Amino acid sequence: MVLQLFEGEKIRFAAFDADKDAEVFSKWTHDPEYLRLTEYEAARPLAPFHIKKKFEEMEKEAGRDFYFFVIRTQEDDRAIGFVHLRWIEWNHGNAHFNMGIGSPDDRRKGLGSQALQMFLRYAFEELNLYRLTGHTFEYNDGAQKFLEKHGFQLEVRRREAVYRDGRYWDALSYGILAEEWEAKQVSGSK
Amino acid sequence: MNNLFTGKLTRLVAADPEKLGELVAKWSRDSEFYQLFDSDPTLPRNAKRAQEHFRERAEKDRGGNFHFLVQSLQDERIIGEGGLFDAFSPHHNAWLAIGIGERELWGKGYGTDAVNILLRFAFQELNLHRVNLGTFEYNARAIRAYEKIGFVHEGKWRQSMRRDGKRWDNYFMAILRRDWEAKQNG
Repeated sequence: MVLQLFEGEKIRFAAFDADKDAEVFSKWTHDPEYLRLTEYEAARPLAPFHIKKKFEEMEKEAGRDFYFFVIRTQEDDRAIGFVHLRWIEWNHGNAHFNMGIGSPDDRRKGLGSQALQMFLRYAFEELNLYRLTGHTFEYNDGAQKFLEKHGFQLEVRRREAVYRDGRYWDALSYGILAEEWEAKQVSGSK
Repeated sequence: MNNLFTGKLTRLVAADPEKLGELVAKWSRDSEFYQLFDSDPTLPRNAKRAQEHFRERAEKDRGGNFHFLVQSLQDERIIGEGGLFDAFSPHHNAWLAIGIGERELWGKGYGTDAVNILLRFAFQELNLHRVNLGTFEYNARAIRAYEKIGFVHEGKWRQSMRRDGKRWDNYFMAILRRDWEAKQNG
């Protein structure tokens, strides 16, 4: 059985490395635009110290309720983003994921698509989940198109659940079932 | 001003960890109750462990979680628990949960009464913009009650649960403050 779960053509999944990665993760938290596209919590710049502390906390949960990968480029081994899985309900096979590409320069190059494809395979073929749930906001057209392109269906529209820039926006959640993902793999490889 | 914590059938009282732990141990013997209440695997709970759990949770709480016990006005018995959770955020909303552990009181309006107290608390004390809740496809009694109170369906996670050998959807419903206010006046 030859199966590479963490190696893609342009990117790879790596463990978080506090010495190498805290600096760049801290830099991204100084970009409110990025935070608003990926986070529900209030935007807040974090120093490398805070990033390291957060990761130490997260590592206590790792492998049981929480999976976190740093997305790195194959070309120059740069950390360009993250993907994580949390709130795993093992009894039901449902879990929630979030991902982000930190710098606008690394977006719209197919790197996020490759990361999501690898992550879906990991969720369905390694963790054996039944379905996967993703979340975004009414104002994030890019994420909506991205999720739809990869086979997610819009499932919940929470009316006026997020208040930003002086108005309320809907919060959206998307889902994909393992069988829908599998059907896409078969038709895609033909 | 009316008493914020008192409704027509019930009143909300503090979620004392000792009392709550004892009741959870009792109610958890009823697996049907917990399957209606929670998506975690159903387990019989030990009172001491449950008390410890609720004590720890109370100590760690950084605010925004309003957990109550539901008391019957008629005989002062504690019949359930509920609350509003994650209420302190920039987005002015919270998650509502309610469970009546005493099953002979199901379908008699106690849960609805407690939810009405929680909504008044959410909109007139916490000044929230909306209240969210999640429930399960197989909990028809709860869904009907929430609809009657004024909660609106906002979608469902398809087949996100497996229980009793079948797949079920997670339902999401919410009520906005303006709709709740209109209902109070109308």
